[in-house]
Amino acid sequence: MIKVRIPTPLRPLTKGQGEVEAKAGSIASMIETLNQAHPGLKDRLCDDTGELRRFVNIYVNEEDIRFLKGKETSLKDGDEVSIVPAIAGG
Amino acid sequence: MKALTCRECGKEYPTKAIHVCEMCFGPLEVKYNYDEIKKNISRKKIEEGPHSMWRYADLLPVEGPGYLGPHAGFTPLVRARNLGAYLGLDELYIKNDTVNHPTLSFKDRVVAVALTRARELGFETVACASTGNLANSVAAHAAAAGMRCYVFIPGDLEAAKVLGNLIYRPNVVEIEGNYDDVNRLCSEIAGEHGWAFVNINIRPYYAEGSKTLAFETVEQLGWRTPDQVVIPMASGSLLTKIWKGLHEMKALGLVDQVRTKINGAQAEGCSPISAAFKAGRDFFKPVKPKTIAKSLAIGNPADGYYALKATAESQGAMDTVSDEEVVDGIKLLAQTEGIFAETAGGVTIGVLRKLVKQGTIKKSDVTVAYITGNGLKTQEAVIDAVGRPVRIQPSLVAFEKTFKMGKNGGGDA
Repeated sequence: MIKVRIPTPLRPLTKGQGEVEAKAGSIASMIETLNQAHPGLKDRLCDDTGELRRFVNIYVNEEDIRFLKGKETSLKDGDEVSIVPAIAGG
Repeated sequence: MKALTCRECGKEYPTKAIHVCEMCFGPLEVKYNYDEIKKNISRKKIEEGPHSMWRYADLLPVEGPGYLGPHAGFTPLVRARNLGAYLGLDELYIKNDTVNHPTLSFKDRVVAVALTRARELGFETVACASTGNLANSVAAHAAAAGMRCYVFIPGDLEAAKVLGNLIYRPNVVEIEGNYDDVNRLCSEIAGEHGWAFVNINIRPYYAEGSKTLAFETVEQLGWRTPDQVVIPMASGSLLTKIWKGLHEMKALGLVDQVRTKINGAQAEGCSPISAAFKAGRDFFKPVKPKTIAKSLAIGNPADGYYALKATAESQGAMDTVSDEEVVDGIKLLAQTEGIFAETAGGVTIGVLRKLVKQGTIKKSDVTVAYITGNGLKTQEAVIDAVGRPVRIQPSLVAFEKTFKMGKNGGGDA
């Protein structure tokens, strides 16, 4: 199982849960699986073309998936995924 | 302040401590009632206001009256005749936020707004993720306001920026990782704890404070907009807000036109926004930062997209400098204008120099360089590049011998 941390704006879709579990071999399939359990989640994360939205950051075991293989990044049992909105700096 | 609105899809939200659109994850921005503001604002009213950034309170997202950080802003706009002559510019100015109150960086502006708003929203604990300057400012303002404070910083910060937190006695949390790691962790902490995270759930208000750098520049230039500005970029928020501030002044009739070209500056070792600009892309690829300009070391810049847009719309440019050029830039500004900037200032001066050399900024352009932080906080960057004091015995003979002086004056050592 993969542990997925859900950010506050998406929690209305997960009945308030900050962490959910999913069975998936990649980020893309994880999004599909999550969408089945929590309908509407995919629309929030992906635009009309199915690509991840500009302001969505996804991390696998603390590494930004843009440094890995993006949506095709593979997942294995025990991995931890964080979904995080982009935030400002300084 | 009318509402918060999503920059991407336009959905409106109440003016609470939220920062992300639930629908599309776009950042939320403050929406004002400009028609109302226009009725009450004038150059005269601003000029009669307090000697701080709060003279522009009508354009800041707080209810007031009663501001935390009442002395922030209204820093000098220095006519840089020596540096201008050196670079070949007729009219160069330095917007000098190295002397901002109370913690010597432009972050005192954004934090004054953020903490004022946080208190208005009823928060007792404030927090931030920071590359240093923001943490210093949040810690100082929280101490003065009697609020509980947590600051989260990367593990490799300059000593003065770490000490500049500890002295105010907040909870200082050093993360084993870079700023982007700190930011990600804080975003998750913010979801769990009901704190005012100034650059997360208070971000829509916080970021607006940067507009005052544009307002002040225009007023201090005698109600003129500059032809060119050079702005350091980390998250890209400062650049975006200076652009917004200039256009608000036009919308409110405080200036007739805005022809300002917005130029962004980054260090080579962390230049995701400049790299995208040069490649003609409207999206950036995150990087792992490696530069002495630690205050700009954000590899995943949240406002990078909007910074690219503002620069393109204004027909400005972006460029980068090496760490060596950063140090040269710091020294050049200090030795021509007597202003000691931190590494971000070295980036700005280095890129200014490049843009003039390339002909992007022309001799007759009225140009403003934004110097956002104080050099005493990043001494490590220049310590090996400034030489040593001349050490002598306490005798007149030793002194005159060292400086090769005769009885009637003489030369340098």
